[in-house]
Amino acid sequence: MSRLAERFAELRRAGRTALVPYITAGDPDKSASVPLMHVLVKAGADVLELGVPFSDPMADGPVIQRACERALRHGTTLADVLAMVREFRHKDTRTPVVLMGYLNPVEAFGTEAFAAATAEAGVDGVLTVDMPPEEASPLAGLLRARGIDPVFLLAPTTDAARLQRICETAAGFVYYVTLKGVTGAANLDVAEVRRRLEVVRRATRLPVGVGFGVRDARTAAQLAGVADAVVVGSAIVDRVAQFGHRRAELLTQVGAFVSELRQAMDAARV
Amino acid sequence: MSRPIEKTASFRESLRRVPDANGHFGAYGGRFVAETLMGPVEELRLAYEKYRRDAEFQTELQRDLRDFVGRPSPLYLAQRLTAECRGARIYLKREDLDHTGAHKINNALGQALLAKRMRKTRLIAETGAGQHGVATATVAARFGFECVVYMGEEDMRRQAINVYRMKLLGARVVPVTSGSRTLKDALNEAMRDWVANVDSTFYVIGTVAGPHPYPMMVRDFHACIGEETRRQALSTEGRLPDALVACVGGGSNAIGLFHAFLDDDVKLYGVEAGGEGLASGKHAASLSAGRSGVLHGNRTYLLEDAAGQIRETHSISAGLDYPGVGPEHAWLKDIGRVSYDTVTDVQALQAFHALTRHEGIMPALESAHALAYAMQLAPHMPPQQFLVVNLSGRGDKDIHTVASHQGIEL
Repeated sequence: MSRLAERFAELRRAGRTALVPYITAGDPDKSASVPLMHVLVKAGADVLELGVPFSDPMADGPVIQRACERALRHGTTLADVLAMVREFRHKDTRTPVVLMGYLNPVEAFGTEAFAAATAEAGVDGVLTVDMPPEEASPLAGLLRARGIDPVFLLAPTTDAARLQRICETAAGFVYYVTLKGVTGAANLDVAEVRRRLEVVRRATRLPVGVGFGVRDARTAAQLAGVADAVVVGSAIVDRVAQFGHRRAELLTQVGAFVSELRQAMDAARV
Repeated sequence: MSRPIEKTASFRESLRRVPDANGHFGAYGGRFVAETLMGPVEELRLAYEKYRRDAEFQTELQRDLRDFVGRPSPLYLAQRLTAECRGARIYLKREDLDHTGAHKINNALGQALLAKRMRKTRLIAETGAGQHGVATATVAARFGFECVVYMGEEDMRRQAINVYRMKLLGARVVPVTSGSRTLKDALNEAMRDWVANVDSTFYVIGTVAGPHPYPMMVRDFHACIGEETRRQALSTEGRLPDALVACVGGGSNAIGLFHAFLDDDVKLYGVEAGGEGLASGKHAASLSAGRSGVLHGNRTYLLEDAAGQIRETHSISAGLDYPGVGPEHAWLKDIGRVSYDTVTDVQALQAFHALTRHEGIMPALESAHALAYAMQLAPHMPPQQFLVVNLSGRGDKDIHTVASHQGIEL
């Protein structure tokens, strides 16, 4: 059983919803990421999503776009991101880590080499935003062969046939994008998400995460009753941008925000 | 002993039957977009499949190409330039005479007519030099669409006149401050707008790149350039040209010219922006100096660093200043059907002056790249041969750049 499957099984038994915070690796600088990952776990994260910076993150909003720019200014590469996961694993062998990024840096690294290196570093899932299953990249198969779960997005505009196809290719969990837009956008409609997730659940037994537009504890709490996992990205990255220049305060502020999300979500499920 | 049967043109597989159903040109093209964009892209594909065969759509398109754009554009024999080069006769396909001053309007018009049928009310576009932005703003005014154009902050500064033209036409021009603040970043922003406003909005991509069906659709809307050239060459010279030359940034004017000739015995040359020379690293020659990768929804040749991050590019011509290229060009390069080469900033400027002085035609700096290459090519071809250069745009927009290279402050 993969670390992701194990974690979701645990949570299901405990009647809890996974909190999945996202940070961009290398933001604000390379040395900040591993301490941030530990702080996120301590504050109540169940799964970590680590963004691999890309120069042209088309599906991301301005907050994560700028985080990528900060990370790239320090020359953060995919190899650096894998080194961060490896270092994180020295102290934490239980929290699943999912890489989220774009296809081009993976291909530049070498698809096969990437699958091997992620497994070696202790990565559990890989979400390649701009690689739909139709493109038949060998990546998903290579990852599965190494025990890494290929994670895919589902959108409000995904039709029934593609929903089926994506769910067949995916492993670990599927990630439902709650709105039409980019990461960090507003206007999340919880009732609509609930209706859509019922459709998704008919297509797959995989846990269903939701994200894109979860900005505060209130929204996270509302979604806790609906989804198996709640992904929070831009709202955390916003705080990294705000406090990035003072390390101690950065860790305190991000930790406090994630604790607040955790408490709100747990309270909602009681 | 039996002789091997020679393949003739009629038995050869046509090179014009691409892409496949999923938008692949050999290994290139495709639909590499986030799941949030798959729905909109599929909706567009279905609409285009329907209307490209629709007689009423084609009638309206042809009428506006004639009465609004001014097609067909002339095929002009550049006699004094030919005499200067001492070789093959040089013809110019005069896309600079199209309404708004460049070929871009052919495609903007086609996409606007499609948007109308898809009941969209808002057009968005990305632009580098501003020519595609002006073309989109123009068709938006023509049909009464709301219009938003994304343009890199850096490009807005370089192309202030085109920014004002777009505003006069009623478009809102949004400065893009992310990344390198140029064309590629404007494309990212336009994609973000599209995914958030897909119910009302049609994204008018300005070149033969992006997710399927864009590379095919934009090519089809520009294919009139080559079809006209074919007819015009047959009527004036009684035969097809020996060679065609076009500049390649994203590659829309080149594909537009080449497409009708892909199955013929005609040499095809695509000219990329060599900037300050390939060795300097300051160029925009993705086919000549890049490698295969994935950006902006398609697999193609890209300029990128060792870690797969997209590189900043340089060209004196803002319209060629793009780190990728249309996937059909990537395929045509690999199969060897088109020869791709580069021309530097300095060579393009020389060609700009040569055409202006010898023919009284001021070319866009983009088109000056094709011209510079043709001027190198012609002397190596016998005088009974002839070649066609796609003069894809006029040079008025570039006079500030030309002046500043001469040390003149306007």
